[in-house]
Amino acid sequence: MRKGEKIIEAFLFGCSALTLLTTVGIILVLSFETIGFFKDVSLIEFLTDTEWTPLFSNKRFGILPLLTGTFLVTAISLVVAVPLGLVIAIYLSEYAPGWFREIVKPVLEILAAIPTVVYGYFALVYVTPWLQEVFPDQIGGFNALSPGIVMGIMILPLISSLSEDALYAVPKSLKEASFGMGATKLQTVRNVLIPAAFSGISVSIVLALSRAIGETMIVAIAAGQQPRLTANPLVPIETATTYIVQVTMGDVPYDSLEYKTIFAVGMTLFIITLLLNNISFWLKKRYTQAYR
Amino acid sequence: MKIEANNVRVSYGSEQVLKGITMSIKKNTVTAFIGPSGCGKSTFLRCFNRMNDLIESCKVEGQIMIDESDIYHPKVNINELRKSVGMVFQKPNPFPKSIFENVAYGLRINGVTNKKYIEEKVEWAIKQAALWEEVKDKLKKSAFALSGGQQQRLCIARALAVEPSILLMDEPASALDPISTTKIEELIYNLKASYTIIIVTHNMQQATRTSDKTAFFYMGDLIEYDDTRTLFTNPKKQKTQNYITGRFG
Amino acid sequence: MEETLEKPEKPVGQKKPKLTFESKGRTVYYQLQDKIFKYFALAATSLGLIVLVLLLYSVFSSGFDRLDWDFITSLPSKRAAKAGIYTAWTGTLWIMFLTTIIAFPIGVSAGIYLEEYSSRSRMSNLIEINIANLAGVPSIIYGLLGLEVFARFLNLGASVLTGSLTLALLILPIIIVSTREAIKTVPYTLREASFALGASKWQTIWNQVLPASVPGIITGVILAISRAIGETAPLIVIGALTYVPFAPTSPMDEFTVMPIQIFNWVSRPQKAFAENAAAAIIVLLSITFVMNAIAVYLRQRSQKKVKW
Repeated sequence: MRKGEKIIEAFLFGCSALTLLTTVGIILVLSFETIGFFKDVSLIEFLTDTEWTPLFSNKRFGILPLLTGTFLVTAISLVVAVPLGLVIAIYLSEYAPGWFREIVKPVLEILAAIPTVVYGYFALVYVTPWLQEVFPDQIGGFNALSPGIVMGIMILPLISSLSEDALYAVPKSLKEASFGMGATKLQTVRNVLIPAAFSGISVSIVLALSRAIGETMIVAIAAGQQPRLTANPLVPIETATTYIVQVTMGDVPYDSLEYKTIFAVGMTLFIITLLLNNISFWLKKRYTQAYR
Repeated sequence: MKIEANNVRVSYGSEQVLKGITMSIKKNTVTAFIGPSGCGKSTFLRCFNRMNDLIESCKVEGQIMIDESDIYHPKVNINELRKSVGMVFQKPNPFPKSIFENVAYGLRINGVTNKKYIEEKVEWAIKQAALWEEVKDKLKKSAFALSGGQQQRLCIARALAVEPSILLMDEPASALDPISTTKIEELIYNLKASYTIIIVTHNMQQATRTSDKTAFFYMGDLIEYDDTRTLFTNPKKQKTQNYITGRFG
Repeated sequence: MEETLEKPEKPVGQKKPKLTFESKGRTVYYQLQDKIFKYFALAATSLGLIVLVLLLYSVFSSGFDRLDWDFITSLPSKRAAKAGIYTAWTGTLWIMFLTTIIAFPIGVSAGIYLEEYSSRSRMSNLIEINIANLAGVPSIIYGLLGLEVFARFLNLGASVLTGSLTLALLILPIIIVSTREAIKTVPYTLREASFALGASKWQTIWNQVLPASVPGIITGVILAISRAIGETAPLIVIGALTYVPFAPTSPMDEFTVMPIQIFNWVSRPQKAFAENAAAAIIVLLSITFVMNAIAVYLRQRSQKKVKW
């Protein structure tokens, strides 16, 4: 019996260690091709050149346009999702009657479960034409604003549910103390609850940011394939994720420089999201320790 | 200024927790509410600043008059009421802010912005709470850096800063060590001169030490209400006698 | 409250006017702000509901007419009117099936190990942190991993197997976490009773803990699979084609899936293809919603049923 148990335990351990293998695999794969990439392209050029044209005959390898494209869409999505998400979180946790919460929470869960390709469809087929009516002749069929708005809706549930959890975690005794002094709900929320829940709310924002940066389909469908260094949300751009899709959908041979570019871009994405995720872990640890 | 309760009944849903309490409290006195757990004394205390309104299933009937105004009258602005009737809770609950900002909170939510006024008021309130000497050099430090007893005195200062007329204290020392408890009891005695204080306590010795009058509650009824000395040495009701001699808890 | 600098030592309670608790300017101002915020927040929250309704309505109205038996059984075509989702949904089924077979045993096993066997050792901590990180890695990165390792290195090409392996790695963290959550809810007393009767650790897990956690585990797996069938980017990267005129018949076949088909049609300028996309979305959303609903139902049922 003992031996059989040992074997089972080893198998179970192996399964859990497989996850380590996944990470090792990701790092190895990205590093291997990225190092190959940097044999031909200098790191300085990669980080500072202002044009990204690896697929053209005049090849330039500056990742900045892809990054600005990514960040432009991400920024717009946060502008939509953070205020709205916070307001919804505050309303649900402090003001809404029980039956209303029972309706809204499943709706938010549904919003979170919709495949991103559907959001992309929505952006291209409905939001962009609508924006073209609002900004006639100013906005292209592909742009950053439309996917940005739609991505904001996609990450909204993330911010609202995590922020709500953070608000809920604030001890009720603090609310009592504030009400006991004659403060209104809004005053209590602004002066006590939000400062107290700040770390938790920050976690939600950082996670939403990370999610938005890594998002592919919404931008692949609606943002365009023209890498440019711009802050203008009305013109076509290209994000890092879209570029990877663009290349892999084409016929790029395995050992070419073009092939390696997707890994260099992927590595950049990986590092950025890794950083953001770990910042959120650190923030989370801080706020769960705050109430000891 | 008198406080009067007339046939106050409180229920949570279908459960009746207070069955018709009538009593009156004189200005600048300390009144203790005593009784076993679940007798309704805390619930009754919370009627005076309408904190029970925060609980959805709670229904309050009857009349509570403060200075001849019925506090449950529709015209009464509940936040105004709470500014005149302050509360200190069982477990110290300072805000996660600095010591200074805790005490200044009440002023700020009233729209006070004059920096000098706030500083003076904060100092005054902390002195009233007999805490000044211990914190005067660390006003900017977090309130959590203080000990339990100090935090509770901070909460008292916070309540005093808005100059209420009445102070409600719900077992203010039950979570504290004996030395802090003594300090708080001393404080209550000294505050009597300027405030009307109602204190809920399960510690009978505390009631004898601090209060002028005591009200004994049992299962939602007010059994006896008398001068503290009389109630404890010569109670008129058998139940009171049983409780204070420890026949039941 | 006046803002004059009168001496704060003025004794309180002497010669004060009667208290009336009537509304005073400042207080009413703050109460008004509170009320305005409440209605504003209600409007904002309702906006979320409205957006969802709008989204669903627009998709539905655009695609419903296109949805018929021919659509479901036809192969894709360059002509919008003839194109159907047959290869796409068969591909999705293959992927769903194969991904589950791969990810379920590994994920549940890992979850059991982490929850029942692992001590607070450095290794276990490392694995836990690692899983938390993996859950946050963008799905397209998994695609790059699958491309290099499965498609290229193991020479599996752009096959169903490659796609399933890639997606299995992607959803593994989800299954592990929900398995752990489900196991956590089983009270220790149940295990104690089993040990006291002389059962071994594994016997206890197999006979007591696992059966009790099955609803939670199944819920987690359904949610994970539901996520997997909506994934597009990793499959595009490993080479799943956007135009596949045949249904897969073996794990080594090339394939496409519903989301990629939708992506393909959306990317075309002709309006007729947009309608096709909408119709396909109706099908995809229906599958997704049904799976989520089953998972939620299971979760609620198990929470009600079990009275520890």
